[in-house]
Amino acid sequence: MSEPFGRRRFLGYVLAGPVLATAAELALGRDTAAAQAPQVPSPEITDLLDLNDMMTAAALPTSGLISVEVQPDGTVSFSLPRAEVGQGITTSTAMLIAEELSVPLDRVRVTLADARPELLFNQLTGGSNTTIATYTPIRVAAAVARLRLLQAAAGEFGAAPADLRLRDGIVLDRAGRSIAIGDLAVKAASTRTEPVAVDLAPRESFTVIGRPTNRVDALAAVTGRKRFAMDLDVAGAKPTMVCRPPTINGKVGSVANLAEVRAMPGVTDVVVISTGVAVRADTFGQCIDAVRALRVTWRPGTAEGKSDQSVRQSLAAAEIPLGLRPPTPVVEGLFTFQFRSNSALEPNCAIADVRAGRAEIWSALKSPIVTKQAIAAKLGLPVSAVTVHVTEGGGSFGRKLFGDAALEAAEVSQKLGKPVKLMWHRADDSRQGRVHPMATSRVRISYLGGTVLSYTQRHTSVATDLSHGLGEIITAMAARLPVGDIGFSETFFQLSQQMSYNFGANSRLLSETDKSFNTGSMRNVYSPDVTCARELVVDQVAARMGKDPYRFRREFLRDARCRAVLDAVATAGGWGRSMPAGTAQGIAFHAEYKAVSAALVEIDCRPATVNRPIRDGVAGPRVTKVVFAVDVGLVVNPRGLEAQMMGGVMDGIAQALTAGLHLRDGYFLEASWDNYFYTRQWNTPPELRVIIVPSTSEQPGGAGELGVAASMAAVACAYGRATGTMPTTFPINHGTLSFTPKPTIPPVPPSPSDGLAHPWEP
Amino acid sequence: MPEHTFRVNGEQVTVDVPDDVRLLWVLRDVLGITGPKYGCGISVCKACTSHLNGKGITPCAVPVKDLGPADEVTTIEGLAATAGGDLHPMQQAWLDHDVSQCGYCQPGQIMAAVALVRRVAAEGRAITDADLDSLRNVCRCGTYPRIRQAIRAAAANM
Repeated sequence: MSEPFGRRRFLGYVLAGPVLATAAELALGRDTAAAQAPQVPSPEITDLLDLNDMMTAAALPTSGLISVEVQPDGTVSFSLPRAEVGQGITTSTAMLIAEELSVPLDRVRVTLADARPELLFNQLTGGSNTTIATYTPIRVAAAVARLRLLQAAAGEFGAAPADLRLRDGIVLDRAGRSIAIGDLAVKAASTRTEPVAVDLAPRESFTVIGRPTNRVDALAAVTGRKRFAMDLDVAGAKPTMVCRPPTINGKVGSVANLAEVRAMPGVTDVVVISTGVAVRADTFGQCIDAVRALRVTWRPGTAEGKSDQSVRQSLAAAEIPLGLRPPTPVVEGLFTFQFRSNSALEPNCAIADVRAGRAEIWSALKSPIVTKQAIAAKLGLPVSAVTVHVTEGGGSFGRKLFGDAALEAAEVSQKLGKPVKLMWHRADDSRQGRVHPMATSRVRISYLGGTVLSYTQRHTSVATDLSHGLGEIITAMAARLPVGDIGFSETFFQLSQQMSYNFGANSRLLSETDKSFNTGSMRNVYSPDVTCARELVVDQVAARMGKDPYRFRREFLRDARCRAVLDAVATAGGWGRSMPAGTAQGIAFHAEYKAVSAALVEIDCRPATVNRPIRDGVAGPRVTKVVFAVDVGLVVNPRGLEAQMMGGVMDGIAQALTAGLHLRDGYFLEASWDNYFYTRQWNTPPELRVIIVPSTSEQPGGAGELGVAASMAAVACAYGRATGTMPTTFPINHGTLSFTPKPTIPPVPPSPSDGLAHPWEP
Repeated sequence: MPEHTFRVNGEQVTVDVPDDVRLLWVLRDVLGITGPKYGCGISVCKACTSHLNGKGITPCAVPVKDLGPADEVTTIEGLAATAGGDLHPMQQAWLDHDVSQCGYCQPGQIMAAVALVRRVAAEGRAITDADLDSLRNVCRCGTYPRIRQAIRAAAANM
């Protein structure tokens, strides 16, 4: 039998064990641009190497294996060293295995691996890198299993493996005899671990990869059976909450009524910890009551006295100058992006059971190795004595890169000598949780006639905390980058920002200042702000040149792949159609994660719409239609990809229009979802279309964060065109405080008791 | 401690907790019924939405003393049984439209959707965009468009 054209041979392993277990190196099959990069600096570094290449290349020397196991019941199990937080990677991973192993999808069981320090850099879920990094190794492990199963069946039938077929989990021979893979699980097992060379199924043979597929955890989710950390039943782990300071990172001075609170109904323990006063009780309701009853004297926090205005001033002082203004015409814009909350709906939470000489932790963690190491250091235990289980996460948006709650739970459990189920109240999550830093972006485009001569952008931001492990990767890789000796954040910035327009000489620099806030990489990190600023100024330049915003972008985008997504939204969205005054279209483009994307948005900014009554919420302009086009290269699950773009669109709408934090006197005013106005149903576009542009690529790109930037930018551009004024502060409603701030002492609001008093309100 | 007797998902339960403990914690921390999720504790995110005698409530705002022996609490775990099947039509629509992402808010979303469709049906009308806009449940993953599609589809089968 001749080899089909285009097949590539990979080395995997069969592992010694009682049932068939096969494996591949997680670093396998990555053609990194780093290896091919010329050793000269380039003005467009992302052409040579982007963030995903760096994450991938950083993993190359590691030898951690990921393994696929075939069970006697005919199921196939795989422990994924990544965090599922809603992005759909358990589904896409199951699809890769089902494809390569020819088993029905519902027989593939993907679980989340505990922290595995031997994987080194290779257990970080971030940078939209999961599918990019695991696409080949997971398939290789499954292909080895397939080969072993065929060989075992050949032995059973007395036939040659080439005469057998594996389909739907059953091996068939030409005579019509069949044997299920579960019946081969033991026979195909190996007594020795040894390498096995395999071919991967060629793209044209795919029947699972590329087929729109519903999530593997959907049934569990809709029946309430999906288990998040706080749903786990760990013996003795009682509800625990922390009474927190009134300002960011304040510390406990003294507690006046410890004994009194310890005697409250249901309360088992009250103890001072590094972040506040922890309360353990029979129910979380009793924790809330106890937290509210504590009388604590607080010491100052890290952002004492700071406000939006003072931070804005420090950003202005930290800005890197644009340089001399060229003699040609220029368009400039300066934009402010307020602090934003990256709270997920599942608040920070973790279960910890710390006993003498050992600790066990359960939490949704995207960087579990770093968390495990940090907990071991905090508890004074060897790393090997700390077990960290990664649970399914109720959203991340950047939050789960850090194990804040896991560290806290471990500290409380150690102090009490009892297991704890620790959860942050929403008010804690909003006010003390990590945020997307405030930033400014200054853009200058110089042009002459119909030619853009140069593009300059200076992004200035409150420091983003990258200490969750990505920092380690950057440390490891920085010396290999053709960018010289620059810091972590600047490296991350340079690697994540692409310039997709032929705008002549371009210079984009990041300056960070002020480490007094709890920050983190919110979904899509710098890109929504950077892209929004750029696209708004692009609209201005187009107007100066008398060009249509779509035509202008089309003319300057540098390749056909970029133009294809732009054309897709312009065509499907009816770009340029006549619209009533006060309404308009906006269009924007963004490239990242080896993908390109474009958004067309229609917005209604008429007073009747903006001022429509919404109880305890913000109405504002309504985005009435979004058409979003994406090319992420090879698509594993189109339905999942659509879902990620949809979520990114909702984020983009929120960041442009309604969702920001207000900093006053060293604390954020927003304390819950009735203060922080993330997109709600009344802000949701009634019309949304996601177009997946066909790709011939053999490699997948990243999707989890991709949708945010172009969406935010297109909403901003549409708003500018509808109102006739380019917006310069985001979200646009920041100047109006649309709620009455909740008190900071006590730090959490009382539990309402009028749930039955009102007729039902949705 | 006082005893409170009421019905949950078709079964009578008696719990021994103080009067003012909210139903959400009685369900989750005492009875181990974890479908209703905590998202705010002040009845604004609606992640804990369940039904009391067929109507939508947020258990985080209901002291357990407000329930009597005849009161029937339905959580996501008991929803399918109210329709006499393995899945309620709303749950099926959720699957058909692959609504869930992280899934954390979805039990509350589904319970709120069922309550909305029942209320609108009782008013003798079809679901409108304005009805869908009135849903207050937060979904931080941004599944709102698929939620709207699923509710319209399920309303036809309820």
